[in-house]
Amino acid sequence: MSFLAKATAAVVAGSLKNVPRTELMLRHSSHFVYQADAKAPIEGPTQKMNMFQAINQAMDIALEQNESALVFGEDVAFGGVFRCSMGLQKKYGKERVFNTPLCEQGIAGFAIGVANTGAKAIAEMQFADYIFPAFDQIVNEAAKYRYRSGNLYDCGSLTFRAPCGAVGHGACYHSQSPEAYFAHTPGLKVVVPRGPNKAKGLLLACVNDNDPCIVFEPKTLYRAAVEEVPVAAFECPIGKADVLRTGTDITLIGWGTQIHVLQEVANMAQKQMNVSCEVIDLVSILPWDKETVCNSVKKTGRALIAHEAPLTGGFGAELAATIQQECFLHLESPVLRVTGWDTPFPHVFEPFYIPDKHRCLAGIRKVIDY
Amino acid sequence: MSFVRSLRSVLAKRTSFPRSVKHLSSNAAQQQQPARASSGARFPGADQATFVTTPKLSLPESIEPIPIYRVMNNEGVIDDASQDPNLDQATVRKMFRDMVLLNTMDKILYESQRQGRISFYMTNFGEEASHIGSAAALSPEDWVYGQYREAGVLVWRGFTISDFINQCYGNAEDEGKGRQMPVHYGSRKLNFVTISSPLGTQIPQAAGAAYAFKLQPDNKRCVVTYFGEGAASEGDTHAAFNFAATLDCPVMFFCRNNGFAISTPSTEQYRGDGIAGRASGYGMAALRFDGTDVFATYNATKLAREYVLRENKPIVLEAMAYRISHHSTSDDSTAYRPAEDLEVWNTVEHPISKLKHYMIRRGWFNEAEENEYVKATRKQVLSQINQSERIPKPDWRELFQDVYQEMPVHLKEQMREMEEHVAKHKDHYPLKDHKQ
Repeated sequence: MSFLAKATAAVVAGSLKNVPRTELMLRHSSHFVYQADAKAPIEGPTQKMNMFQAINQAMDIALEQNESALVFGEDVAFGGVFRCSMGLQKKYGKERVFNTPLCEQGIAGFAIGVANTGAKAIAEMQFADYIFPAFDQIVNEAAKYRYRSGNLYDCGSLTFRAPCGAVGHGACYHSQSPEAYFAHTPGLKVVVPRGPNKAKGLLLACVNDNDPCIVFEPKTLYRAAVEEVPVAAFECPIGKADVLRTGTDITLIGWGTQIHVLQEVANMAQKQMNVSCEVIDLVSILPWDKETVCNSVKKTGRALIAHEAPLTGGFGAELAATIQQECFLHLESPVLRVTGWDTPFPHVFEPFYIPDKHRCLAGIRKVIDY
Repeated sequence: MSFVRSLRSVLAKRTSFPRSVKHLSSNAAQQQQPARASSGARFPGADQATFVTTPKLSLPESIEPIPIYRVMNNEGVIDDASQDPNLDQATVRKMFRDMVLLNTMDKILYESQRQGRISFYMTNFGEEASHIGSAAALSPEDWVYGQYREAGVLVWRGFTISDFINQCYGNAEDEGKGRQMPVHYGSRKLNFVTISSPLGTQIPQAAGAAYAFKLQPDNKRCVVTYFGEGAASEGDTHAAFNFAATLDCPVMFFCRNNGFAISTPSTEQYRGDGIAGRASGYGMAALRFDGTDVFATYNATKLAREYVLRENKPIVLEAMAYRISHHSTSDDSTAYRPAEDLEVWNTVEHPISKLKHYMIRRGWFNEAEENEYVKATRKQVLSQINQSERIPKPDWRELFQDVYQEMPVHLKEQMREMEEHVAKHKDHYPLKDHKQ
């Protein structure tokens, strides 16, 4: 973790109370317009919440429901640099919600040990960019615990949370989307929410799941994404994609913030090109919902995959290869990937780096005109 | 704290900048406080430290090395009677026999690897006492996280010769289902967490488990994690030491300092006072002892266990020994160390020989009976090898199980794909070796 991380976090999550939300989005997330879910995932009373509030509520529920549950990481005690753990230490005590020393491999190893005993561990990596020191613990240890021990031991009750993705000015180490590194690791489950409802439901699903999970939370949505969220506990299934918009001409696949870009692009394509887009939020990177994706592509005959992470070795490659194998006879044009470039994530060039709506729309044109 | 507050009030009343810290320190309030706080250093990062007016290098050579606690010498004589743990004859005999069993099994399995019967092996020669002595001082409920050279802990707890050998063969009787290399043992029943190859990774995990146990009501259980002095150089060791200290974890960090990490001597591993010497830097207790002395190991571990459970604090234990073994069956240690050194450790300084001397002195050693025991153990190990060799390996489909608690769709598809392939190409796969 760097000094910069906190500075950035403060700007993103900090006291911007008086800044109108539209302006906030313009300033920090100009490449997308948040689109709230059409309906709440379950019946019952709802509350207007942004994403950090929904995550906070999910952790509150997890701590309430499981006496053994612990929340820890760097700076979580005072509420977290993104406010996700606000009020939890006060409510559940210093032994259950606490700061750790600044050491990601330690956080991951410690979390695995907690989970070995059957207790629930909800561990935070302050930024997904700083998860790499914990890579060994996550890939060699957490992911393989059950397998290598013949199911004598496991760490299934652990969940890692990590803020990820572009934020407007995060540069090399406050913007990364490392999901593809983990997608290559059997034994892990990896999910990315697109907004408050999904964040709450996925986090609770991960906490209650019996395999080690990573939730990558697009940090630009913490405050920008606001919608009605059920107050009660609920889970969103891991491994299940959401078809957010049905269409007939092309399937657009993405996850996290990119979903909001794709939704806008679908509107633009309809208006400008009379192209009907089906938009799929993959939600779960590992395991991923092949059935939903391939059924859609078999119907539309075309696919465009968009993600913020670099092209080469990105998760789009896995999707494209599978679509090609499963939908070969249905495809009317090559599967196209619109992604970040194969460079580190830059500072002042961010508008030229990200797969924004203009690049995605140009991509649709290319696929449709093929 | 109260002094800090009073100092602040003194400062607040002054209209001009204090003339000197020295002057302030001589006021009345100071006289009731320990001298260390007198210089008024208020940096939160080192709130106990005082100011000095000349630079003072803290040199490593000015720190006294931590002494090595020993109970008996190499002739089995206990130097200080107060340190005799006074274990009864049955316990001492179990210690001796467990060390002998480990040693005997090691010799035969080492040879069986040389004959190509198992793929890999690592012996425990010279470190038997540190395993048995520490295991004897633990509660069977205490969780153990090991590195790979701690098989004696399992022997003490009741892992059987067949358990060991079935794991090395990866046959259908191996609880690990044949997925890991030999000597990567684990036992849920015996509270011994399954070994993995990446070094040091188990150490912060042990701290996490200890923390979780601490929060359980009426906790009487602690955690011990074993590792070599080489693994102590890994970042995970630093993480674990610091987490355990700051989060008050009842964990024992048991370092087996045997002088070598494969070919790297400890002189190339660190420059400080071993591993125990690091403890104070993390604010932890430490104890160094003779790891070839089963009683010193036993006493040290017992004392440490009482300490960690009473205080909910961690401790670093450093068992000094010598790795008589080659690092593994893939290593020839004569390439990097002289045979003469080995000779000493293999004879007069050998842990089994020391305990034998002690037993002779007590009149507890019956040469004929112990020879018979060695012979019987040899026979048992050899017959188990024959038996384990004949037990089929697990159903090959076990390759796909336990990746997740429930098999996801994509893995089911891959398993089906392999089933179809194997059905068509039976001749190319060792199906007869596996359970059907």
